Amino acid sequence: MDLSAINPVLLIASLMVAATPLLLAAVGELVVEKAGVLNLGVEGMMIVGAIAGFATAVESGSPLLGFVVAAIAGAALSTLFAILTQFAQANQVASGLSLTLFGLGLSALMGQSYVGIKPPQMQDIHFPLLSDLPVVGPILFTHDIILYFGIALTAAIWAVLKYSRVGLILRAVGENHDAAHALGYKVLRIRVLAILFGGACAGMGGAYISLIRVPQWTEGMTAGIGWIALALVVFASWKPWRVLLGAYLFGGVTVVQLNLQAAGVAIPVEYLAMSPYLITIVVLVILSADKSSAPAALGRNFHASR
Amino acid sequence: MTVPLLSLQGLTKAYPGVVANDQVSFDIGEGEVHALLGENGAGKSTLVKMIYGLVKPDSGQMLLRGAPFAPAEPRAARADGIAMVFQHFSLFDALNVAENIALGMENPPAMRDLASRIREVSETYGLPLDPFRTVGDLSAGERQRVEIIRCLLQDPKLLIMDEPTSVLTPQEVEILFETLQKLRSEGTSILYISHKLEEIRKLCDHATILRLGKNVGECTPAETSARDMAEMMVGTALKTPTRSDRIVGNVALDISGLSVPAPSAFGTSLKNVHLTVRKGEILGIGGVAGNGQDELLAVLSGEALSAADAVKLHGKPIGRLGPVARRRLGLLSAPEERLGHAAAPDMSLTENALLTAAVRENLENRGFLNWPAAKAFAKRVISEFDVRTPGPENAARSLSGGNLQKFVIGREVLQRPEVLVVNQPTWGVDASAAAAIRQSLLDLAAGGAAIICISQDLDELMEISDSFAALNEGRLSAPRAAAGLTVDEIGLMMGGAHGMEVAHV
Repeated sequence: MDLSAINPVLLIASLMVAATPLLLAAVGELVVEKAGVLNLGVEGMMIVGAIAGFATAVESGSPLLGFVVAAIAGAALSTLFAILTQFAQANQVASGLSLTLFGLGLSALMGQSYVGIKPPQMQDIHFPLLSDLPVVGPILFTHDIILYFGIALTAAIWAVLKYSRVGLILRAVGENHDAAHALGYKVLRIRVLAILFGGACAGMGGAYISLIRVPQWTEGMTAGIGWIALALVVFASWKPWRVLLGAYLFGGVTVVQLNLQAAGVAIPVEYLAMSPYLITIVVLVILSADKSSAPAALGRNFHASR
Repeated sequence: MTVPLLSLQGLTKAYPGVVANDQVSFDIGEGEVHALLGENGAGKSTLVKMIYGLVKPDSGQMLLRGAPFAPAEPRAARADGIAMVFQHFSLFDALNVAENIALGMENPPAMRDLASRIREVSETYGLPLDPFRTVGDLSAGERQRVEIIRCLLQDPKLLIMDEPTSVLTPQEVEILFETLQKLRSEGTSILYISHKLEEIRKLCDHATILRLGKNVGECTPAETSARDMAEMMVGTALKTPTRSDRIVGNVALDISGLSVPAPSAFGTSLKNVHLTVRKGEILGIGGVAGNGQDELLAVLSGEALSAADAVKLHGKPIGRLGPVARRRLGLLSAPEERLGHAAAPDMSLTENALLTAAVRENLENRGFLNWPAAKAFAKRVISEFDVRTPGPENAARSLSGGNLQKFVIGREVLQRPEVLVVNQPTWGVDASAAAAIRQSLLDLAAGGAAIICISQDLDELMEISDSFAALNEGRLSAPRAAAGLTVDEIGLMMGGAHGMEVAHV
């Protein structure tokens, strides 16, 4: 066992990378759930985003274009969910589950000719002066743009939900859709837009795995991150900053346990592998003990005539 | 003649299977409090939804100060100075007062300015309210204030109020009326929907009466008796429930020394309650809401257990038996809250019938449900109690309050109870339906059943009960013969003037 092989600076830098896919998917789902919709298809939208972004980046040579296409692909898949649940009044749980299964199958089909290819690399941003700082520089200021985008997006969602009128209307729709309708707000339109936003975020999260975190394409490579994102939203009590905290905690423990495995610590690998899930959930369960609760209309379909 | 504020001309709206409004026309003048009267299902709500832009009329037109007015959505109606306080509050529990109010405004100011304006308006109109409290924690009266202030902040020309007093305590009604008078004196018109006739006589300048979607008459409420208005609503002479001579038999239900702790922090504990009801007797229990009515019903129905011999049915201790066992023995009950307590909102009427009648009507056989029999029983309730619904397969939620109340009471009455306990049997029910429900209780007693009727409507209790007792802070006064009781005596039984004030708080 050689713990000295673990470099703390690299460790922290890589935990941010490990956390970003989860963060993107979870804040997207947070917006969806705040609007009162439960989309269990996060995993499916992520993996479709992963292959769509990967393929685009390989074909065009531009990873950034890959992310854009991944967002579009995630949103496109979520459109299916939106049509099923908002217009056809289908059950949200069943529709979300089938969306995940459909996404996993579709991505495997799309990705057949991309196995084993290396995608073009995303350049890290170089901040003048800041990036050259010792310790802080490599940890905070030598990352790709999407990672910063993820943090900025979390801040933006927090601010919009808390301070803006759009955020207030979104929360109102998720709280009591009948009352929102009676006041003249377009419940279905707001929900569809939220679903599309959540799909785009999940798609980008997926592309982050295939283009930056891993980076390559293998079938089923999201490996349950979408499900963790769903659990994270609940345990974070629908609060954006807690989602960020939970995502970094999960990413951190994931990276640490990988490093411990590499260092040959005398704990069975299975325990190390389950530790990120366990620790993240335990911490967030403790945090969510306050009185904040789910959006009251979560998972309930709205129909104007009732 | 001056141009009326809002003129409705031949408004018609049909839904599949029912014409909700048929050629309705009337005018609302400036600064007028106009009452819209009608039974449950007469089309009042549909009519105001058209004015508020939630529903589009099939034909007919509206004129606002002489100009055509056809709001495509509530936003447009609000922009033209129409504001509405909903019957079922359209509030968001998880949001605070200021956020709720901001949602109902077109161009809300910044939160801090809004909060100070809310304080300002709430003081001007005597409606105290803290802008930063979470709405979920407010009482029904406070919630209504939120809605009213939301409307007032937009400086409305016409304020629509859909049954505003059905959830308020008498004190809150007083406050509301003062506010409305003040608004009228400032020139705001009010369209007031209610079927509480005395309120309308007190408050309104003019009344339009709807029956089955049609405008059947107008009157000046202050000059018309409540009975005449009720008859216009119903369309026939109102039947006053008639008592037939009843033979009062042996004691059916005997409660002695019943004390039960409060079920929750907001409940009332029952303290040393004694009462007996004989076969063929109706015991009326009055008192201000929140003095132990719900708890007494729970103890009688079996939802709350007590000492075994504190509750005796035909001399047999049943205090430890649950509701199903008590039903089997003939003790039935109908609680006050229709949706969620007396009926499961999203289940069909047939299923709701099964839920309480399975035991006594043999609707189940060794755990298997007898659907044809359940459906037949539900149909029998619907036809005998004149429940207006397309059929027993409709969800309980789809019925109007009065119709569901008739179903809930009818379901128990038709099970031939030996003892029936009802709480607020005619709450929110229009005059003719209330009369029908009271008559059914009287008929049931004439057939030899013992009935306990808990109600806050003293007129109702005086009309049907043989003996009367009052609940005050969980204590029950000694029952007295109802005939010949004066208002003063009743007031004293309810705890006297001083006691009542305490109870209201």
